[in-house]
Amino acid sequence: MTTRTKLLASTFAVLSTTLPAGAQELPSASDGVLKIGLVYTLSGPAAALGSQARDGFMLAVNQIKEVGGMPTEIIIVDDEQRPDLAADKARELVARDQVDFVVGPIFSNILGAIHKPVTETGTILISTNAGTSSYAGAECNENFFVTSYQNDQNHEVMGAYAEKQGYQNVFLMAPNYQAGKDSLNGFKHSYTGGVAGEVFTELGQLDFSSELAQIAAFQPDALFTFMPGGMGVNLVKQYSQAGLTSIPFLSAFTVDETTLPATQDAALGLMGGANWAPDMDNAANKAFVDGYLAAYDAVPGTYAMQAYDAAQLIDSAVRAVGGDLSDRAALRAALHKAEFDSPRGDFSFGKNNFPIQDFYLVKAEKRDDGKFQTAIVEKIFDDYKDNYADQCPM
Amino acid sequence: MTNLFILQLLNGAQLGVLLFLIAAGLTLVFGIMDVINLAHGVLYMIGAYLIATFAALTGSFWAGLLLMLPAALVVGLVIERLVIRPLYARSHLDQVLATFGLVMIVNEGVKMLWGTSPLSVPMPELLNGSIPLIGPLQYPVYRLAIIAAGLAVAAGLYVVVNHTRIGMLLRAGASNREMVSALGVDIGKLFSLVFALGALLACFAGAIVAPILSVDTGMGESVLILTFVVVVIGGIGSIRGAFLGALLVAVVDTLGRTFGPIVLRSVMEPAAAGQTGRMLAPMLVYILMAVILFARPQGLFGQRTS
Repeated sequence: MTTRTKLLASTFAVLSTTLPAGAQELPSASDGVLKIGLVYTLSGPAAALGSQARDGFMLAVNQIKEVGGMPTEIIIVDDEQRPDLAADKARELVARDQVDFVVGPIFSNILGAIHKPVTETGTILISTNAGTSSYAGAECNENFFVTSYQNDQNHEVMGAYAEKQGYQNVFLMAPNYQAGKDSLNGFKHSYTGGVAGEVFTELGQLDFSSELAQIAAFQPDALFTFMPGGMGVNLVKQYSQAGLTSIPFLSAFTVDETTLPATQDAALGLMGGANWAPDMDNAANKAFVDGYLAAYDAVPGTYAMQAYDAAQLIDSAVRAVGGDLSDRAALRAALHKAEFDSPRGDFSFGKNNFPIQDFYLVKAEKRDDGKFQTAIVEKIFDDYKDNYADQCPM
Repeated sequence: MTNLFILQLLNGAQLGVLLFLIAAGLTLVFGIMDVINLAHGVLYMIGAYLIATFAALTGSFWAGLLLMLPAALVVGLVIERLVIRPLYARSHLDQVLATFGLVMIVNEGVKMLWGTSPLSVPMPELLNGSIPLIGPLQYPVYRLAIIAAGLAVAAGLYVVVNHTRIGMLLRAGASNREMVSALGVDIGKLFSLVFALGALLACFAGAIVAPILSVDTGMGESVLILTFVVVVIGGIGSIRGAFLGALLVAVVDTLGRTFGPIVLRSVMEPAAAGQTGRMLAPMLVYILMAVILFARPQGLFGQRTS
């Protein structure tokens, strides 16, 4: 195996800006080596998310040994959560390194920056987290695949759960930026009850005492929130300290395996929406979770699982075409079949290359080994398709 | 509504004493040593990381806190000796550049040492839970403890600054540095002391918020700007100014976030009020600063007029 992992020094970022943008020719794929570029956020406050995704992908590569039955070369780059830098590095991967696949990123704004530079050259882009609505609908692309979800879906899961519980008075809270607003709209898409209060906090806010006081004063039926990363860690800890745990805590991207090591007991019993949880009972999931625990001594989250599936997806498709990467149409068709065993169980692609999968209500719990994980409470949506697929002309 | 007001006043007081602990050191370093220290927020972060480490090692928050204090003092002395001391004779721009560089170096260093994931410090058992206030409202005991600890430190500083020989030198240094030096006081030693004291207070602030907030790189930068506002409002070099400035900034910030939209709702339609309130709330602190600087350019308790 010639798996070579190289992290480009950030000085390359400066050099790369002088490279000609958007070389239009198809990358040569006849060198007999499967080249995959990973673009993840590996530094800064959100580094934990990108690291999980990278680790999940590399776990699959190490388990499969030769991805697609070919010698494999993986190039890992850090987008530093900066769209301009990510676009440059994506161009480098495509034009200089001539990769066959680009896998990543975590954030939707990074996806927006690398989508065109990668897909316009015929290189396949597989997003393992960001699932922007525009690329699911009118701007869907034959070279773009998503192994995660469409961004609205986890929020819709929580809305549907609140609706099912018959809540009439839900307090909504999200950071004041586009994804925060999308989140609350996603929730309202499947929730028709009343809203006790709607608060947009500053992005990066760490002390929620003022908002928690309002929740305590309103005494809503439930709280729905979207607080990714460090914000979520703080909110969860302060929520339990304020004695509010009698009010159901519904969330998306707030209580997961990237934040649980920091929130620990404070998150127990808090709920979220997800397409998978580490406790799912199937052979593929067992291989994944046990392998991840053994390799990294941590419980994997959805970021890792979705990247793991991207590696499996590439493996299945490259094997199906017998390692012939030059016939892109055949490769795309093989990818679209998604013939691999996902840890999440049922998985297939819709016509827009976004997943059709089940969604669950999950709850934070303590494992027997003392670590924390999310566990499935109940299935909310079966074979759920996103709301934008019908607008996709493919 | 009254309940919410009381709760938010408590929240304001808690944020206020925290800002005071950080601002006290910053205002002394700025006022006495004439050094602009952008890395002051880093000390706050180091305090949080130190207690996270020591609490994990000893298994006790209190032992962690006890070990953190001398470690923080050492960190302060080392930074003063290595980075700050060569900057005394340099311009403010050089100081800003050097201390900003320090921020980046320490942030990256912390990532290498402790990793990128946020750490967590367990709440001390003794202060866990919340006490009922009025009706369904509860308030976390730990936040009350923070208010008490902050007030105790403020009282201690008051005694030291106003009733001891060192305090006299500090006050003299803040009003006229050259004169203190001309009178034969070892200004180098005084500066080391001031910086170490400031570092200790900032680390202490970081340590006591660690159980509420996640311990994260970059947590220092988020408080640094508010702290500078406090120092400017209170008057550079004035501990009393830092105390009142911190409480003022914190209470205005906390109350503004909650009651801004509520007040606006009485004069405009709800949707517009919500939108405007969200925009205005984060600005309130800076508007307050502008108004105070307009009336008193040297700050509330500022002494230097140069």
